[in-house]
Amino acid sequence: MNWILAAEGAESGSNVLLPPTYELIIGSIAFFVIFFALSKFALPNIRKTLEARTESIEGGIAKAEKLQQEASITLAQYRQQLSDARSEAAKIRSAAEAERTNLINEARNEAQAVAQTVTQQANAQIEAEKSKAVNELRLDVSKLAIDLASKIVGASLQDDARAKAVIDQFIKDLESAGGKR
Amino acid sequence: MANFISLSEVTCKFGDNECPFPAPGAGIFEWQPLASFNLLGFTSIEITKPVILAMLCTVIVSVVFIAAFAKPKLVPTGLQNVVEVGYLFVRDNIAREIMGKDGDRFVPLLTSLFFFVWSMNVMAIIPGAQFPVSSRFAFPVVLALVVWVVYMYLGMKNQGVVGYFKNIAFPPGMPIGIYPLLTPIELLSTLIIRPVTLAIRLFANMFAGHLLITVFTVSAWYLLNLSNFVGFVSVIGYLGSVVSFIVTIVLTGFEMFIQALQAFIFTLLTAVFISSSLHAEH
Repeated sequence: MNWILAAEGAESGSNVLLPPTYELIIGSIAFFVIFFALSKFALPNIRKTLEARTESIEGGIAKAEKLQQEASITLAQYRQQLSDARSEAAKIRSAAEAERTNLINEARNEAQAVAQTVTQQANAQIEAEKSKAVNELRLDVSKLAIDLASKIVGASLQDDARAKAVIDQFIKDLESAGGKR
Repeated sequence: MANFISLSEVTCKFGDNECPFPAPGAGIFEWQPLASFNLLGFTSIEITKPVILAMLCTVIVSVVFIAAFAKPKLVPTGLQNVVEVGYLFVRDNIAREIMGKDGDRFVPLLTSLFFFVWSMNVMAIIPGAQFPVSSRFAFPVVLALVVWVVYMYLGMKNQGVVGYFKNIAFPPGMPIGIYPLLTPIELLSTLIIRPVTLAIRLFANMFAGHLLITVFTVSAWYLLNLSNFVGFVSVIGYLGSVVSFIVTIVLTGFEMFIQALQAFIFTLLTAVFISSSLHAEH
């Protein structure tokens, strides 16, 4: 156990500031062993690894930057295309609008013209039929009058006053019927 | 002083009321050799506890680094992850911080220094070891000498032998009247004070820290012994023992911080000295 316990007095008068030669030698050897081990075997490895790590990180960053650049270019292209498409759509829409208005106007005009023609034809036809009917009626009335007159004459020539009243009444009725038409 | 005896003379048994306080002194830093042999008739090598611990530090630092970086992966895991943090700390916070990209060349030197110093310091609180190897002056002296040789060599290589000493003695850009005052200070500072303070700073910090922890550890034991008295003295003994024990634990935590800090300062100053050798100052 004596090496674990400090040995004061064994070298009484020894100065802590006067290092013994063997400790200087062993200290030097110890340091150079560590320096040799680290600088030859340990640190070159880790230096290379750290460089590789830096490279891979920087490479990753560069790659990401490139991708981002590409993405932003593509995005700009898409936006351009989108706005082109939009303006084209707007153009098409306004053209369609104009065409629609034209079509509607044309159709309306045509329809009006057709309606006018039809109305005129109808009016003319009505007019013609009316005059035709009036003429036919006139003929019928005079025929009827003659028939009636002959009947009355045939039935009672004595009663002139009564016949006269019947004829008058008949004519009046006819006139009022014709007026109603 | 007559009442104090040194630690090695302690013969007190627990409960011995006559035992004086065994104050720890410089003696706790002296170790009896386990073995000793002659090195080519030049000097005798003594295998003491600090020597064994220094060898242990060497093996641990070398093996941990080689194992961690034997097959380094792009995405680090396990040991590589941990050691990488240490390596990157030295590279980014010391080498590149002080020297910029120039510092990358010196990362192996700075990493070796940092982890060797730190491992020697940490031995102070490793159970079973419990002795800071760097509190043996020889180890800081060797490291400071290495640093001195490195920055002197780099200075002469980068600025020329004459140019380097000229730049040290006559820093450019100073009014000429100041040189009689400045030249001796600068020469003394760069050539002697730098390495000496580098070694002493590390040594003294670890020396003092170990001494403090030992004093309070011994106090805790001694005052508990005192508690065998009856009455008031025993109460004081218990209280003192408990307080000393708590202080020992607190100091141990504080020492953990100091150990890392001193390793950092040693390495940082090395980087500063190397940097000043690469380019003429001011």
